[in-house]
Amino acid sequence: MAETSRDSVFRVEGVTKTYVMGEVEVHALRGVDLELYAGEFVVLLGPSGSGKSTLLNIIGGLDNVSSGRVFYGQQEMTSWNASQLTRYRRQHVGFVFQFYNLIPSLTARENVALVTEIAPQPLEPDEALALVNLENRMDHFPAQMSGGEQQRVAIARAIAKRPEVLLCDEPTGALDLRTGVIVLNAIARVNRELGTTTAVITHNEVIGQMADRVVRLADGQIQSVEHNPHRCSPDELKW
Amino acid sequence: MVTWVAALDRKLLRDLRHLGPQAMAIALVMGAGIAMFVMSLFALQSLTQSRQDYYRAYRFGEIFATAKRVPNSVIPQIQEVPGVSAVSTRIVAAASLDLPDFAEPITARMISLPNYQPPLLNDVYLVEGRALEPGHSNELIASQSFMEAHRLSVGDSLKAVINGKQQVMKIVGVGLSPEYVIQIQPGALLPDYKRFGIFWMSERQMAAAFDMDGAFNDVSVTMEKGVQQQAVIDRLDQILERYGCTGAYGRDRQTSHVFLSDEIKQLKTMAIVAPAIFLAVAAFLMHVVIGRIVGLQREQIAALKAFGYSDLEIAWHYLKLVLAVSLVASILGILLGIAMGRGMTQMYAQVYQFPVYEAGVDWRTAVAGFLISALTSSLAASRAIRSVVRLPPAEAMRPEPPASFRPSLLERLGLGVWLPQIFRMILRQLQRKKMKAATAILGIAMSLAVMIVGSFSLDALRYIMKFQFSLAQRQTLAVSFIEDQNAAAIDELRHQAGVVSLQSFRSVAMELKAGHRSRRVGVMGLGGEIDLYRLLNVEEQPVDVPHDGIVLSDKLAQLLEVDPGDALEAKMLGGRRRSGMLVVSAVVTEFGGLNAYMSPASMAEFTGDQRLYSGAFLDVDNLELATLYRQLKEMPTVAGVTIKGAAVRSFEENFAENILTMRTFNVLFSIIIAVGVVYNNARISLSEQSRDLATMRVMGFSRGEVASILLGELGILTVLAIPVGWLLGYGLAGLFVLGLDTEVYRIPLVIDRSTYWVATLVVLVASLLSGLVVLGRLSRLDLVAVLKTRE
Repeated sequence: MAETSRDSVFRVEGVTKTYVMGEVEVHALRGVDLELYAGEFVVLLGPSGSGKSTLLNIIGGLDNVSSGRVFYGQQEMTSWNASQLTRYRRQHVGFVFQFYNLIPSLTARENVALVTEIAPQPLEPDEALALVNLENRMDHFPAQMSGGEQQRVAIARAIAKRPEVLLCDEPTGALDLRTGVIVLNAIARVNRELGTTTAVITHNEVIGQMADRVVRLADGQIQSVEHNPHRCSPDELKW
Repeated sequence: MVTWVAALDRKLLRDLRHLGPQAMAIALVMGAGIAMFVMSLFALQSLTQSRQDYYRAYRFGEIFATAKRVPNSVIPQIQEVPGVSAVSTRIVAAASLDLPDFAEPITARMISLPNYQPPLLNDVYLVEGRALEPGHSNELIASQSFMEAHRLSVGDSLKAVINGKQQVMKIVGVGLSPEYVIQIQPGALLPDYKRFGIFWMSERQMAAAFDMDGAFNDVSVTMEKGVQQQAVIDRLDQILERYGCTGAYGRDRQTSHVFLSDEIKQLKTMAIVAPAIFLAVAAFLMHVVIGRIVGLQREQIAALKAFGYSDLEIAWHYLKLVLAVSLVASILGILLGIAMGRGMTQMYAQVYQFPVYEAGVDWRTAVAGFLISALTSSLAASRAIRSVVRLPPAEAMRPEPPASFRPSLLERLGLGVWLPQIFRMILRQLQRKKMKAATAILGIAMSLAVMIVGSFSLDALRYIMKFQFSLAQRQTLAVSFIEDQNAAAIDELRHQAGVVSLQSFRSVAMELKAGHRSRRVGVMGLGGEIDLYRLLNVEEQPVDVPHDGIVLSDKLAQLLEVDPGDALEAKMLGGRRRSGMLVVSAVVTEFGGLNAYMSPASMAEFTGDQRLYSGAFLDVDNLELATLYRQLKEMPTVAGVTIKGAAVRSFEENFAENILTMRTFNVLFSIIIAVGVVYNNARISLSEQSRDLATMRVMGFSRGEVASILLGELGILTVLAIPVGWLLGYGLAGLFVLGLDTEVYRIPLVIDRSTYWVATLVVLVASLLSGLVVLGRLSRLDLVAVLKTRE
């Protein structure tokens, strides 16, 4: 009941998504209803092909729906054109990807600055990197950093614009356990200290323990939504 | 086994299709190179073959000499000169013509033909009409270019003033001669078919008209094989000296032959230089593109190796890809080259007249075209293919290590603080791929250079026209006398209608010698008081002809290796045949021929004659011009009139159009290079950076901002290439000028500022358009897919 009193950041209503791959029609989402609330930490769980990435991409303004509506606050995202979507991503969304997607020709600080230069009220790049404990690696190029460090740069880059929402697609997918924990700690800290609404996609059940809510998807539909009264710290997670 | 190969070949076809526009752009640049090669050889072959056949069939002389009057009894002496195989004598004289609808006087060169039989040497090819026949007097055969310029036909008549006597002559035939493949008035820079013509008359009539019975004034000889030309020339000079011979000379000083030889020399250079530029650019492009393909297909290559394909099979697979592009290039190039060769031959046919134009492409040229493009492509791809062979299968399965970058030079200099991140990305990207950037810069610069070189000849010719006809020569027309006249003739000219001012001149043939170097030139005694005909230095400033000494044209001074202050040995080749030492007082700039100048006083002193005049430069009131022309046509002393304005018009009519056609091709080719380079470069940058660009799109960068990374890179390359291109263009034009520097004419290294700017603009637009085409692909980037993949 508590959710209704909180501000809803996203409202997804009856969204379906069908796309054609080669000659096959893929029903990625088959009628999804979901709300995300300000400041909460949501984990989207599901096997590959369950539609969780598609859902995240739609929320992130990267993909269109086939039917249904998506609201960002009071605004209907599903009616936006390409440049409105770009502006939305620019100002309100932080992305973290499985393969980091850092710009190899820019140092850690510059990768963050890339975003802060175009955002309206950003953090200082140094500040954002300090949040992920990388203040000593700021002048390193991606090729000079480990995977975990690269992913933390990616997190710093994503949160430096002070986004309303942080979307992470398998952020630990390419990392070993120990490094994965460090990265998850960084995400949790951002969520806690900046109050950024955070959605993490994973197929790793354990990560669900650190979320406020766990949304399970299968076959393009939401199977269940679980509340987690006791959020674990990433250090407590047992793989 | 068979199906294996087929599968790999199917991959080849799909790779090719995938490469599509990129492969096409390379094929076009390479094809342009092959086309230039085929075209040059086509034109070269048709020109050399036509010349060779013509010279042989119409027995073109090898040594020529002109004298005043030589009795026929001297002929046996000439025949007995060791090494001489044939001797042909004749009468050659100037006359002036009058055509009803053509006000300006026409200078005719009348040449005698032996009485009703073909001459032993320098035979005339009858294009139309008939030969001169016994029993008909007042007949002549006219040169084809003159007939065409005046739209005359066989059977027409014209009025000629022959040795002061007016006669009506009937044109019975149209002829061509190996002596006048290009029909150009001696001393002129360019042909003028309307005001200068060659005419053949019967020897009997010429002898009567010019008082040459039993005598001749012009002789041509051919030599036996292996004979030293100089020995024969020296002997001829000895024999003919006392008859007023101004010196025998070989084909190397025969105007038409020299023009033709220069053209052939130029074509030979073009056959090498132009294709080399295009092929080099194509090779660079091929190198970069195939390198990228191999990089992208590392995993496929590894898989193929794992399946058991041999290194050789895989290398051959990629070589076939390259050869397929070169095959398209050579087919395009050969077809285009033949078409262009035809066009070029047609253009030549307007200037160089042969009875038959041997036009056709040698199959060996086509084969060479194929081989050259195949070889270029293979060489260009060799490095990439070597890396394919070397790649161990296991390593190939791993992705390429992440690209390592470092701060760019600009940033290390401390300027980094001011650079936005996007600009840093561009700079570091460029710095990491230095070779790619350098070759792109060189490629774009080449396209600029090609256009500058293609356009500059027109600038240079226009400059010559300006220098020669508006700065140096300010007369309306020049009149030359049949033979040197005294002051009365000049006075008579001065009092003709419309003559505002007059500057007299005298021309004396002399041999100038400095050490072992010598040249035979016409030395002009220039009347001092009025300077219609000015001598100018390189800075276009007038140079006075001093009272003493001799002024030389720059090329003459260069050939004799003398500077102002040096002394020369001068010897008259006619008249009293005096000789003496002259001091070079100045060197002046000229673009045609070899000339020397003296003051009239020192000329008279040197020759020992009283003041004599060969002609005069006249400044004429335009309103009176028609009257003056009429009067000049009737003056028996006047041999020829050279009208300055006509030369300029004739240039525009005959040459400017051809040069413009060439220029259009150059623009086209330079666009092909620019587009080829920029397009391929942009495609590869897009391919290398698509993941970064897509990431930036996801992070909220707009399409325009992301595009600015690609366009910024292209922009920087293009901007850096522009000065390089200017320099390259200037350098290539300089080489071109050196190649054209002959005794007959020189081309100054003058490139108009507008040529630079137009070339720059064309290259900028071509770059921008090809960049925009690639940007079209940027908007089709699959953002989601890119995020799911590793680099």
